[in-house]
Amino acid sequence: MYQAIVFLPLLGAILAGLIALAGARARFPGEGPPAYVPGAGGHHSHHHGDNHAEAHHDPAQGHDDHGHHEPAAAGSRTAELITTTLLFISMILSWISFVQVGFDGHDVHVPIFTWMTAGDLKVDWALQVDTLTAVMLVVVTSVSAVVHLYSIGYMEEDPYRPRFFAYLSLFTFAMLMLVTSDNLVQLFFGWEGVGLASYLLIGFWYQKPEANAAAIKAFVVNRIGDFGFALGIFAVFMLTGSVDFGTVFNDAPSLVGKTLPLFGWQFDALTLTCLLLFMGAMGKSAQFLLHTWLPDAMEGPTPVSALIHAATMVTAGVFMVARLSPLFELAPHAQTFVIFIGATTCMFAATIGLVQNDIKRIIAYSTCSQLGYMFVAMGVGAYSVGMFHLFTHAFFKALLFLGAGSVIHAMHHEQDIRNMGGLKDRIPFTYAVMVVGTLALTGFPLTAGYFSKDAIIEAAFVSNNWMALYGYLCTTVAALLTSFYSWRLIFKTFHGEPHDPHHYREAHESPYVMLIPLAFLALGSIGAGFPFKDIFAGHGVEGFFRASLTFGKDNHILEEMHHVPLSIGVIPTIMMVIGFLIAWQFYIRRPDLPVELARTHDVLYRFLLNKWYFDEIYDAIFVRPVKRLGYLLWKGGDGWLIDGFGPDGVSARVIDVTRNVMRLQTGYLYHYAFAMLIGAAIFITWFMFSAGMR
Amino acid sequence: MNWPILSVVTFLPLVGALFIMLVRGSDRVANGTARWVALWATLVTFAISLVMVWRFDPSIAEFQFVERHEWLGFASYHMGVDGISLPFVILTTALMPICILASWTAIQVRVKEYMIAFLVLETLMIGTFSALDLVLFYLFFEGGLIPMFLIIGIWGGPRRVYASFKFFLYTLAGSVLMLLAIMAMYWESGTTDIVVLLHHGFPVGLQKWAWVAFFASFAVKMPMWPVHTWLPDAHVEAPTAGSVILAAILLKMGGYGFLRFSLPMFPSASHDFAPFVFALSVVAIVYTSLVALMQEDMKKLIAYSSVAHMGFVTMGIFAATSQGVSGAVFQMISHGIVSGALFLCVGVIYDRLHTREIAAYGGLVNRMPLYAFVFMLFTMANVGLPGTSGFVGEFLTLIGTFRINTGVAFLATLGIILSACYALWLYRKVVFGALTKPSLMSIKDIGLREAVIFVPLVVLTILLGVAPKPVLDVSSASVAQLIDGYNHAIGTKTAALTAEQAAR
Repeated sequence: MYQAIVFLPLLGAILAGLIALAGARARFPGEGPPAYVPGAGGHHSHHHGDNHAEAHHDPAQGHDDHGHHEPAAAGSRTAELITTTLLFISMILSWISFVQVGFDGHDVHVPIFTWMTAGDLKVDWALQVDTLTAVMLVVVTSVSAVVHLYSIGYMEEDPYRPRFFAYLSLFTFAMLMLVTSDNLVQLFFGWEGVGLASYLLIGFWYQKPEANAAAIKAFVVNRIGDFGFALGIFAVFMLTGSVDFGTVFNDAPSLVGKTLPLFGWQFDALTLTCLLLFMGAMGKSAQFLLHTWLPDAMEGPTPVSALIHAATMVTAGVFMVARLSPLFELAPHAQTFVIFIGATTCMFAATIGLVQNDIKRIIAYSTCSQLGYMFVAMGVGAYSVGMFHLFTHAFFKALLFLGAGSVIHAMHHEQDIRNMGGLKDRIPFTYAVMVVGTLALTGFPLTAGYFSKDAIIEAAFVSNNWMALYGYLCTTVAALLTSFYSWRLIFKTFHGEPHDPHHYREAHESPYVMLIPLAFLALGSIGAGFPFKDIFAGHGVEGFFRASLTFGKDNHILEEMHHVPLSIGVIPTIMMVIGFLIAWQFYIRRPDLPVELARTHDVLYRFLLNKWYFDEIYDAIFVRPVKRLGYLLWKGGDGWLIDGFGPDGVSARVIDVTRNVMRLQTGYLYHYAFAMLIGAAIFITWFMFSAGMR
Repeated sequence: MNWPILSVVTFLPLVGALFIMLVRGSDRVANGTARWVALWATLVTFAISLVMVWRFDPSIAEFQFVERHEWLGFASYHMGVDGISLPFVILTTALMPICILASWTAIQVRVKEYMIAFLVLETLMIGTFSALDLVLFYLFFEGGLIPMFLIIGIWGGPRRVYASFKFFLYTLAGSVLMLLAIMAMYWESGTTDIVVLLHHGFPVGLQKWAWVAFFASFAVKMPMWPVHTWLPDAHVEAPTAGSVILAAILLKMGGYGFLRFSLPMFPSASHDFAPFVFALSVVAIVYTSLVALMQEDMKKLIAYSSVAHMGFVTMGIFAATSQGVSGAVFQMISHGIVSGALFLCVGVIYDRLHTREIAAYGGLVNRMPLYAFVFMLFTMANVGLPGTSGFVGEFLTLIGTFRINTGVAFLATLGIILSACYALWLYRKVVFGALTKPSLMSIKDIGLREAVIFVPLVVLTILLGVAPKPVLDVSSASVAQLIDGYNHAIGTKTAALTAEQAAR
């Protein structure tokens, strides 16, 4: 059964991929029987002629296949049905395993085969399902299944649907491999696999230069995180001689106080290792400093944003810290750093979200900010609480993205909220579910977000870590900001006067195949909180998660959370209300107010609008210097220094001689020259040898 | 059944070459015959080499399929393979038919000579990997230069003369030194038999300078920074199949040399020089990756990325841990497949447009979807994505080196960021984007012959990425013996160090 959960999406990806390739092949047949072009590849003087001939001999085909009205690829419907059906099967099995593993306590370990062995290193392919994994399985397969379904409607006009669905299923497979891993290397496989799928999906519309740029940016920034992750794996192997979770966690307590040398310094082994591993999490979960790829990733199709850049892949970092809780529990300094990064991200991303105008980017920054919340929970040691927010967030953030997709669909690919307004009458269903999502995100009492988010703020309040106060302040203020920007989005999109009458009139509600997933996620956004409160943040944690999360012996945070004074407990709700009221004042009652405010605080406004100028700073201190250095090393290092003083000095002389001789004779003189040189070499060789023998 | 299978594998291509020499007839017919003879010769060689795999016992660290005949008095014809050399032999025999196919239409002048050069080259390369006598090794090793030199010099691009001279000068400089070292070793030990020499235990003084002499030769072949500048030029000018052989097999001779000679015969010197090799390797990885970022010629970019990938190999070898050395062997095999495939990818579009300029392409995916898929796969393997063969070698060499020197591994790991930058940039410029250039409007996707070339490479790249164990197992016994011998020779000093590190 567990094999089916993981490998059915892979099967779907392969089948859809084959359909995509076969369809593409039918559209662009390959070269026929080879045409013999005399001289091709031999002597350069012929090339221009060939080039010319090839360019013009087939003008009819040159024009018929680009532009936007291509017919759908053959087998589109088949590919959609196959992948979606397989995903739904996988989802149902996941829920079954969730009950079996989480509530009945049947942890599963399915070895598949050995991946690699070298000396004492042994890496296996295996599926390990404990409660932590089961939670992720449910999140991943559920969101993925509804996103598949939704995409059938959303991507209806796209000619390359088989490819799209192949990528979606490939992503799901990689994500499932990630969460079911029983060792660090398979985790890394899934980690980079989802990175690949994310790269492919962001760049799905490969004709758009922005999409290509965003795809590369996402991959490279993630690779920077993976650089740390990889080093973390090496460090773990060096310290414990294993990469297998069981062995590593067993040995972890004995590593306390050990040091690890790096560049002559001695670092505390566990702290350094955890920080390196966390660097991977920062990249994947778009945390402060490595966040720049996530907003750009919105260039991909909207269902992708919902699946990958909201509900699943970006939470992999949170999952990783939870999975490695036995290590992090022993590295308090690393935990402090996790809180710092999480809190900073949650605050910083929220401030940017305040002023953005692209509907998807607002939600993207919101995702960034909410991931920050989860890391605060991880940092203070409230792992199950962070997982709780991960669980609820998946529902309401996927809902918000898919709702935004429905808006974009209705508005014919308009994404700027300044051009929207008044849409609640045209697309009432989408409006309703978006409001549900917003309520959950802002933590309206009794919605899913209310339980998980408030629990994080409480956990930050009671934590003993000195950084936790910072975490508490940031998360509390961010609650206000979250409420403000979320309601701003709703008000500007759905309320007020239509800003673009043409689009407004054309706006239409989406087809059922898109609305059903929205309804499902809306139910989740309301209902995923209360029933699960006890097992994620209450007294049921120990019985539910058992050995899959480790709480250190001094870690009583879950107990202490229950003794938070009521006055602290209601603060997040008050923040939420204040945020709502400000948004109401700004965008419903006095729409001129924000414009006025932006004008009077121009510097601040620009600072936020330009995302704290991170892209510009990185470009100036990393991208351009690296390129300049590369150019310098190429022309200066290779060209001038090495070649200039090495072979060119010598070979230039030889070639001079050859050229001079060539003037005297014609033909393949240099062949003779080569043969002579070789002959000389052989002769010298032989001579030396026979001399040596005497 | 005791036929000399290794000699058959080695010299069968040469027999094929002789057959081609005998071919007569009009140009067109002769060319066709030459192609078919070459293809069959390489295919049969490959098939026989697979029998070797089947009969090879991976649990034995010693040489197998050994043949020995007296020859030349002081040297002997001594051949055999162990777990380290067998993978290279198979890599050679497997890639040869692919190279012949890749040259099927691209080469139209002097086809007979071209095929002869390739078949002779195959014999010399297999000989290099299976020679168990220093003189024999030297002859094969240096002899390989000549056909390659001719392939670049005759069938190469516009600057082929410059490139082949550069290639020749660099390698000649290295080989003269190696020859001196070989003579010194003979005087010291009285034999040129590699199996005997492996257990000889040279005095430390001789080890030092013999190591340097061998290093000069292997470092050029590898190529290591700063003696790498011949490679981009040679690749750019070589015909597609020449580039494939150069990248996939000739470069591996250097790494193989380190494993066969430097590490086991001069362990003490290897140990002393390891920091030096580490420094060069790290510089190679970072420096050439940066240079690759700025290239405008596709083949140059891939050539520079090869230098960076070979940096992982030298680093892994001189880390002298079982992960480092196994990883180095695997990385060489994987790089042989992946870089060979990447050069073939360039060849596909070069055959159509006759330019390697990156700027001349763009948006190929719009008309060449299958090509785009294949190229993407190899790009990802080049980047070292887990699940492709590229990952396993990089990962093992890095994890092996981290145990010995964390700083070196730290800097080398930067390579995984940089490789993503240049490889994806290349892919985006060539394949993605809108198809706007008029010269590309009628470009055709890969044909049947090209598909036949790519299918085995695609399968191997994924298979070795997901299940690399068979290859690792083939070499594990020999690697273990190598490491044991090395550690034993270094003595208690290193042993204590390793134990301390393991304990920490």
